[in-house]
Amino acid sequence: MSEDSKDLVKQVDSRYSEHEYETGLRVIHEDAVKDPGLEPHRVRMTDKSVKHEKNAVRQVTLLFVISMLGSAFALYSYFAFPIVIGDMNSVRMNTLFLGLGITLGLFGIGVGAVHWAKTLMPDNEVTEERHLTRGSDEKRAAAIEIINLANQESGFSRRKLIRRTLYGALALFPLPGLIIFGDLGPNVNDKLRHTAWKPGTRLARDPNGRPIKASDVTVGSVYHVVPEGLMPGDHGYLEEKAKAAVLLVRVDPSELIETEERASWSYQGIVAYSKICTHVGCPVALYEQHTHHLLCPCHQSTFDLVDGCKVVFGPATRALPQLPITVDAEGYLIAQSDFNEPVGPSFWDRSVK
Amino acid sequence: MMKKKINGMRRSPKALGIVLFAGLLAVGTGYTAVNAAVSPKVQSVRTAEEIALGKKLFLSNCSSCHGKNAEGTANAPSLIGVGEASVDFQVSTGRMPGAASGPQLEVKPVQFTEEQTSAMAAYIGSLADGPSIPDAAYLQANGNPTVGGELFRINCAMCHNAGGAGGALTEGKYAPNLMKSSAKTIYEAMVTGPQNMPVFNEANITPEEKNDIITYLTYLQNNRSVGGEELGNLGPVVEGLLAWLGLLGLLVTITVWLGAKSN
Repeated sequence: MSEDSKDLVKQVDSRYSEHEYETGLRVIHEDAVKDPGLEPHRVRMTDKSVKHEKNAVRQVTLLFVISMLGSAFALYSYFAFPIVIGDMNSVRMNTLFLGLGITLGLFGIGVGAVHWAKTLMPDNEVTEERHLTRGSDEKRAAAIEIINLANQESGFSRRKLIRRTLYGALALFPLPGLIIFGDLGPNVNDKLRHTAWKPGTRLARDPNGRPIKASDVTVGSVYHVVPEGLMPGDHGYLEEKAKAAVLLVRVDPSELIETEERASWSYQGIVAYSKICTHVGCPVALYEQHTHHLLCPCHQSTFDLVDGCKVVFGPATRALPQLPITVDAEGYLIAQSDFNEPVGPSFWDRSVK
Repeated sequence: MMKKKINGMRRSPKALGIVLFAGLLAVGTGYTAVNAAVSPKVQSVRTAEEIALGKKLFLSNCSSCHGKNAEGTANAPSLIGVGEASVDFQVSTGRMPGAASGPQLEVKPVQFTEEQTSAMAAYIGSLADGPSIPDAAYLQANGNPTVGGELFRINCAMCHNAGGAGGALTEGKYAPNLMKSSAKTIYEAMVTGPQNMPVFNEANITPEEKNDIITYLTYLQNNRSVGGEELGNLGPVVEGLLAWLGLLGLLVTITVWLGAKSN
């Protein structure tokens, strides 16, 4: 090892310890590229010319004046564009001008301050060395002394019973927090499998809850349907509606393609399908009268309404569930039963009964 | 005694005829009553001259696609029973006569005067009952915009956008922007279900509720958004584009300026 590199080792090590020691077999790498140090100082125009300096002063002053004008304008517009109850346009104007004024007020201060610092304040580069993280030996010894003293006075090591019961208390404390996660599991029960539809529930209009007569549903008509009796303000209204929402459509019965099992689920060309997309649960309600396509606006899943709402395009993988319907004695449309499968997107154990 | 008499009458050969007649009468009036309940009532009385003029216009302008008797051809649907409202909607917005077949008929400069449109509507209306021109009482936009807004969001907004800006459908079709549509056009579209739009008959959404929807849309047409710039009301795509490209670009520029040395 050359004398030079020994020097370097000493230099490096001296940053970590005052003690000298042998370098042993350590290989000291010298950087191929030397630290170039600071860039040469570049003199700014504002340092060189009085004209530029005065310009910069003017610019900063102007920015602060703009800020003052902005704040004054914000104060002015609060009174000049008051919010008039019942006039929504006044809200727009009030917010717009108040916001513009406050923006100018803050923007002027910020840009002015930065411009001031960059053009007029001294810009000499300064290097500040970082101090070592390790404390001095005296400080470390003092810290250990404090800990020992605290141990002695509290009796933490000496009083075993107290110490052990504290450990026990700390170990048990998080357990109640853990077990409540159990509620995320089986306690969901069959909420995902059933909706508010029951045999005989009348189909009603969303949002006013008026029941629907079969004769009201002309060919080409679309009704947005909720179970009768489910009204806003009811307990769990939104949760129930989110599962039970149905789209009711009448098509020419000759256009319907029905399986034998489902032949009795429609009524004279009137079919009812869940409005909740089987992909991620958006309401599918964009119905095209002539193509009979139902389009989901979120990810463009497209369902063929006359063919069991099978997927014809998009990321959904299952057909929309059909609500079996019929009419009651008064001609109102009623549900024969709940949906025969869970509505909406897939979940972990959907296929498990 | 009485019971026996009725039993005797029941077996008489005349009974079949009476029962049949009564049944047909009930079905007929019932059907008319139901039909009247679900489609708007006929308001105007049409003269024979008007219908004749309408037929002439129809034969020279529409019959090549819709058939000489409006029975429809392979190129265009039958117009029997579509109603006066349908003709008025299609012709007064310039959609008909169509320029070319495509996914959807576009709004074009209107080709006919009001009288001509009205005459053609009269002719089509004379062929069979259908939705008639809406009653002006329901086109005043003097309903309840809150109720109208809720009905619009439930029945219309999924296609036409909650702000009425319209939106895309499948295979090149689209729901048009409603910000320039007249009250009459909006009403007629609901009762007739033009092109791929479904029908919202008077039993589904009552005339008063249709007026509420028109009131809501008129409000949107006349008032700008309280929440600031609408950006075409096109939703998160446009807003995201502006935020990511516009605002983030501005932030990056400011950051670069902050770090740059002064000259």
